[in-house]
Amino acid sequence: MAYKLVSADGPQSVPALLHRNAEQFANAPAYREKEFGIWQSWTWSQTRDEVEALALGLLELGAKEGDFIAIIGRNRPYLYWAMMAAEMVGAVPVPLYQDANAEEMAYVLDHCGARFVIAGDQEQVDKVLEVQDQLTQFERIIYLDPRGLRKYDHSALSQYSAVQDMGRKAKDKHVKELEARQAKLNYDSTGVMLYTSGTTGKPKGVVLSNRNIIETAKSSSEFDDLRQTDDILAYLPMAWVGDFIFSVGQAMWTGFCTNCPESADTMHVDLREIGPTYYFAPPRVFETQLTSVMIRMEDASRFKKWLFDRFMKVARKVGPAILDGKPVGLMDRLKYGLGELMIYGPLKNTLGLSRVRVGYTAGEAIGPEIFDFYRSLGINLKQLYGQTEATVFITAQPDGEVRSDTVGVTCPGVELKIADNGEVFYRSPGVFVEYYKNPESTKDTKDAEGWVATGDAGFIEESTGHLRIIDRAKDVGKMADGSLFAPKYVENKLKFFPNILEAVVFGNGRTECTAFINIDLTAVGNWAERNNIGYASYQELARHPLVMDQIQGHVEEVNASIAEDEMLSGCQVHRFVVLHKELDADDGELTRTRKVRRKVIGEKYDDIITALYDGSTSVSTVTEVTYEDGRKGSIAATLEVRDAKVFADNRKKAAA
Amino acid sequence: MKDQADGYVTADGRQIGPVVMEMKNITLRFGGVEAIKDISLDIREGEIRAIIGPNGAGKSSMLNVISGFYVPQDGEVWYKGSRRAAMKPFQVAQQGIARTFQNIALFEGMSVLDNVMTGRLTHMETGLFWQSLWKGKAEREETANREVAEKIIDFLEIQAIRKTPVSRLSYGLKKRVELARALAAEPSILLLDEPMAGMNVEEKEDMSRFILDVNDEFGTTIVLIEHDMGVVMDLSDRVVVMDYGKKIGDGTPHEVRNNQDVIDAYLGVAHDD
Repeated sequence: MAYKLVSADGPQSVPALLHRNAEQFANAPAYREKEFGIWQSWTWSQTRDEVEALALGLLELGAKEGDFIAIIGRNRPYLYWAMMAAEMVGAVPVPLYQDANAEEMAYVLDHCGARFVIAGDQEQVDKVLEVQDQLTQFERIIYLDPRGLRKYDHSALSQYSAVQDMGRKAKDKHVKELEARQAKLNYDSTGVMLYTSGTTGKPKGVVLSNRNIIETAKSSSEFDDLRQTDDILAYLPMAWVGDFIFSVGQAMWTGFCTNCPESADTMHVDLREIGPTYYFAPPRVFETQLTSVMIRMEDASRFKKWLFDRFMKVARKVGPAILDGKPVGLMDRLKYGLGELMIYGPLKNTLGLSRVRVGYTAGEAIGPEIFDFYRSLGINLKQLYGQTEATVFITAQPDGEVRSDTVGVTCPGVELKIADNGEVFYRSPGVFVEYYKNPESTKDTKDAEGWVATGDAGFIEESTGHLRIIDRAKDVGKMADGSLFAPKYVENKLKFFPNILEAVVFGNGRTECTAFINIDLTAVGNWAERNNIGYASYQELARHPLVMDQIQGHVEEVNASIAEDEMLSGCQVHRFVVLHKELDADDGELTRTRKVRRKVIGEKYDDIITALYDGSTSVSTVTEVTYEDGRKGSIAATLEVRDAKVFADNRKKAAA
Repeated sequence: MKDQADGYVTADGRQIGPVVMEMKNITLRFGGVEAIKDISLDIREGEIRAIIGPNGAGKSSMLNVISGFYVPQDGEVWYKGSRRAAMKPFQVAQQGIARTFQNIALFEGMSVLDNVMTGRLTHMETGLFWQSLWKGKAEREETANREVAEKIIDFLEIQAIRKTPVSRLSYGLKKRVELARALAAEPSILLLDEPMAGMNVEEKEDMSRFILDVNDEFGTTIVLIEHDMGVVMDLSDRVVVMDYGKKIGDGTPHEVRNNQDVIDAYLGVAHDD
């Protein structure tokens, strides 16, 4: 089938891009997935055939224009195709978070009124079946992996491949209709609807048009010189806007290959095998990798350890400069070259990052040490700042201007302004159309001139034009004495210590700041093993006096560094507890993207917060926990409350 | 319902076939000890059949009789319509019965994949010579067998440890690898000796799910010994209860649960004999 969908201004929809790629890059790999231990691959022209078969099948099942089709599962080529097939038939694809529980899923499915659900496996099918009575418009589930589903009632259930077969058979009947529906798609038609993770309240459906997707993909691909021969590994949730733009938007625009891991657990092996050239990971992933490298180096022989330490020193000194193309002395270059041969090269290979040309991290602040570690190895890791409502890109760091404390300059086509209270606003071709069925929130977020509030507080550095983000605008508060309270700023500093996984700082409207701390079981557990400290559970390790001492040391170090900062010196942590359980999305304490939900935590652990402020030295508490399968239990514990040393504001002292 | 000779359909829609193995009046002695005393039981095609009982009741011995590893002094074993004679171990494997062990019996130094591949041994026809050359038929055969092994690895979700030596795995995972190896033989009857012993709740749930999936997906008949009553009652279609080498109950989980002899054996009453 040859379509003439590309208008004079270039392809106007995602299916149009697919047709273009199928003609232009017909035999180039479009998707790969490891299955049964082997990388299976599909070319662009095969991809088009698969997508069309599914689209025809959807027509046979009666999919109408404007329908919503939900897609739930781990990253698999078939599910990416499902998104494209949905758009082909004029429907709106709605990818959902696969780890959402049935209740969360029911809300979203009901809110968009999905008629069809394309689910990855039995687990997802079960969740949808569990809530189907609450869904008024729901009609049919199409599932991918038939395992365990054979005996299910198939009256409202079809296998993905069966739908494709059905589509191939009914090709003659529907092909004209499919062509007509695709011809109707343009820049203004909806390309996808993505639900925000819902840091505050119910998730909101962000409607993105083809214009949003294609314009953003185009300008960001040019910004980073992405090529048709690039490879990415698609392993982050499909419901997240970043994955959609990298694995669908940019992949379709430039025609590069999207690789899907075999399973979530094999991610690291698959990463090594593929060796992506364009790679995105949240700071957490880089942190975990660095921690595991360091732990393994501790176990290495003394000679290897010496070699590693020595060359890492060289790398830290000149690596970033070499990467940025700045002048470096000949001797240092030679040393770095030798290091590349002996340490950096093999290490990058082990990490699966040998071929990375463009690497990004975003979503949270990344620790300077972590960031510099990767850059010093010669990996071009950069930061970007974005959000779903902007179709990801607001600012990004251009090559050669990379620092750990900024999020870069405005992306092509983006305008920025900072409100009086510090909140960052932007305007760009990527600005979302609306929140679905929620004109009020749309109006609150996007004004008549198209400026969108990010909800983040920040400022633009005058000398460089880089944007710096301090905190969520609504979390930035005032202490009792009127000084600035920026909890995230402090939490990030705490989290840069490998021993600290999560921290929550309190203090809005109070005289002093206090904190909850979660230890990192991998790092602290390894330390305990090394020092012959026995422990039976997370809880036991968390309350160990030596662990408490270490954490106290970290808190005091952070206090010392905050004291340096004129604006924020009031945010030093006076008292803290190490929590007896990990904060968890299943308990509603974190969002699915692992952002802290302050309000929920504040209410749930009210007793501990009281203890932090009333001077008591310990607190007994019982906490309800939710297991993965939804059952509930509780943990009882007595927590020690510790005081940390705080520092006087150096500047005030100097003035006095 | 289950009295129909050619099978029945369970409440959850599974087709249970006719009797595939029948043990008639089995007695097994070790010297003077009677491990099994005059027990008769049958196994239907496609069912999940549990054998339960207190420690030392003779459950594992029974499993060994079913597999053909022990030959009972008295009684007959009928398998697929004919009476089974005494067999050598390799003949046991060839008859289509595979098992896992109470104490894990894997090749610790070999990778998971290699362990699973050993389960394919009975399906290899080329000899040592051609296999060492790895040409022609031997190569094709290995590719085909690898495909089967990979499908099982995928099925049991152990892709992430495919190349990991077994010695580095946790107990729960080793149990899963053992199941994978048994499945690789594509058995018609699968014997599981305490598949969930020593596991935590989550691992037990995973294993239960796998056992049900195996039964569902491959139609494999499963005979299992298990101590966890919750698991047994949830999983099995029929349960045999043994105590001191004797059969004291046989029927659906519901029937067995209400059987007075069984309650006595589990709660403990004085034995007069």
